[in-house]
Amino acid sequence: MPNTDFSPEHLSYLRRRRLDTLTVRGTQILLVVGFFALWEIAASRGWINGFIFSQPTRIWAAVVRLASEGELWRHLGWTVGETVLGFSIGTAIGIVVAVLLWWSTFISKVMDPYIVVLNSVPKVALGPIFVVWLGTTITAVVAMAISVSIIVTIMMMHTGFKEVDPNQIKLVRTFGGTKGQVLRKVVIPASVPTMIAALKVNVGLSLVGTIVGEFLASKAGLGYLIIYGGQVFNMSLVMASVLLLLVVSVILYYAVTFLEERVSRGGA
Amino acid sequence: MARVELRNVGLNYHTEAGEVAALQDVNLTVQDQEFVAIVGQSGCGKSTLLSLVSGLLTPSRGEVTIDGNPVQGTSKRVGYMLQQDYLFEWRTILDNALLGLEIRKERTPEAVDEVREMLKTYGLGGFEHYYPSQLSGGMRQRVALIRTLATKPDVLLLDEPFSALDYQNRLSVGEEVVRILRERKKTVLMVTHDIPEAVSMANRVVVMTPRPGTIRSIHSIKMCDEGLSPLQTREVPEFREYFGAIWKELNADAEH
Repeated sequence: MPNTDFSPEHLSYLRRRRLDTLTVRGTQILLVVGFFALWEIAASRGWINGFIFSQPTRIWAAVVRLASEGELWRHLGWTVGETVLGFSIGTAIGIVVAVLLWWSTFISKVMDPYIVVLNSVPKVALGPIFVVWLGTTITAVVAMAISVSIIVTIMMMHTGFKEVDPNQIKLVRTFGGTKGQVLRKVVIPASVPTMIAALKVNVGLSLVGTIVGEFLASKAGLGYLIIYGGQVFNMSLVMASVLLLLVVSVILYYAVTFLEERVSRGGA
Repeated sequence: MARVELRNVGLNYHTEAGEVAALQDVNLTVQDQEFVAIVGQSGCGKSTLLSLVSGLLTPSRGEVTIDGNPVQGTSKRVGYMLQQDYLFEWRTILDNALLGLEIRKERTPEAVDEVREMLKTYGLGGFEHYYPSQLSGGMRQRVALIRTLATKPDVLLLDEPFSALDYQNRLSVGEEVVRILRERKKTVLMVTHDIPEAVSMANRVVVMTPRPGTIRSIHSIKMCDEGLSPLQTREVPEFREYFGAIWKELNADAEH
């Protein structure tokens, strides 16, 4: 039971802390509101060209139109679905490969230079290849998302596995533990924080892959909307899609954070 | 009866820079229920010696036997306690204590009950579902001991098991561990660089030379009274004599 009978000094300290938090939050909100207000005014007064720069009210109208046509959820669904799919497959394959590298020092030594090279290649450059191989399909988009996130997953997870305390491994070995047991009882559970960190990085990367994939090979999704809007010079549609993308990325990120809290509460 | 025997044991470490003799011509016999402490400077191969008895390492020369049988890989006859408790943060206290049984595929309901009972006996009743970070250093070390005892080894290898504890805890946990090991009639081989700890706990103290490690001398510790606890042993006059003799030997090596 914490003591709530505070001294005047402590109360004034608490007040200062609360005020501090409020000031920061207030300024943050003010910045956003100010930005959009300035944008709206500048466009309506003709300081900037509302056709090229669009303006908040037009963007809002675009979102409402998309929603009323039922198109909004379809596009959001595609982008979120493709991202989640690419993210899950990329993470799963990445972890399996990392386990393989941990298991066999030989394989890990052989693969090392290739992984370094693959990591430094800008994966979006592979986009047209996927389109030619897989056609303008969801498979090409998901392949793009996977390719962006998989190498990072492999590297992060393999490093995480190698950093597990050797004494914890020794402990399992003193009980006659096999390599498989070392993996299951120590290496994997000890790497859960690394896994979460990899997930957080990957969710952003997969979204990048998905949007690029949709630019190149899609008839639906936010990436498609952005390209389409740009081609027909409907900047409000482009801006609306970008803002929706922002919302999607925040939601996906917090979904992973939520998962993290669930896991860490269950574990310790 | 000789529980553990090392005959002309030597071990070399290999690196690309060359070959290092860690141990050389080690001969040691540990009797059943004996408590033998090994002291020496860091890097003299004390821990390596334990790894050889546990079967984690194979000697380059010579032979290690337990009850006359050559050691081949790890065996359930031998329990190993490391420098720190290395409890897994993601497991509860009970699950940590059951780790060894789980790895040996012996986690039966009866075994779980026995471990629960042991936790209760050693003051950890009610903590089964806590996580290691919620326990004090001394309590954690007791969980580590129970984890080792759960697989019912006859021989216990202790590798500086109290070195991670602060001084106060080192004495009290040490006192407790020795009592438990005597009660359960275990044969113990303990490595330490703490001379008072070695003299207060062991029946015999083995002094090792610097690398390549070999046995320099063996002191049989005989106090005026039988069955004194480690803390009581620190009070008797002979304690200081043994301490002085061993200190002198280790110091002589250090000056080279």
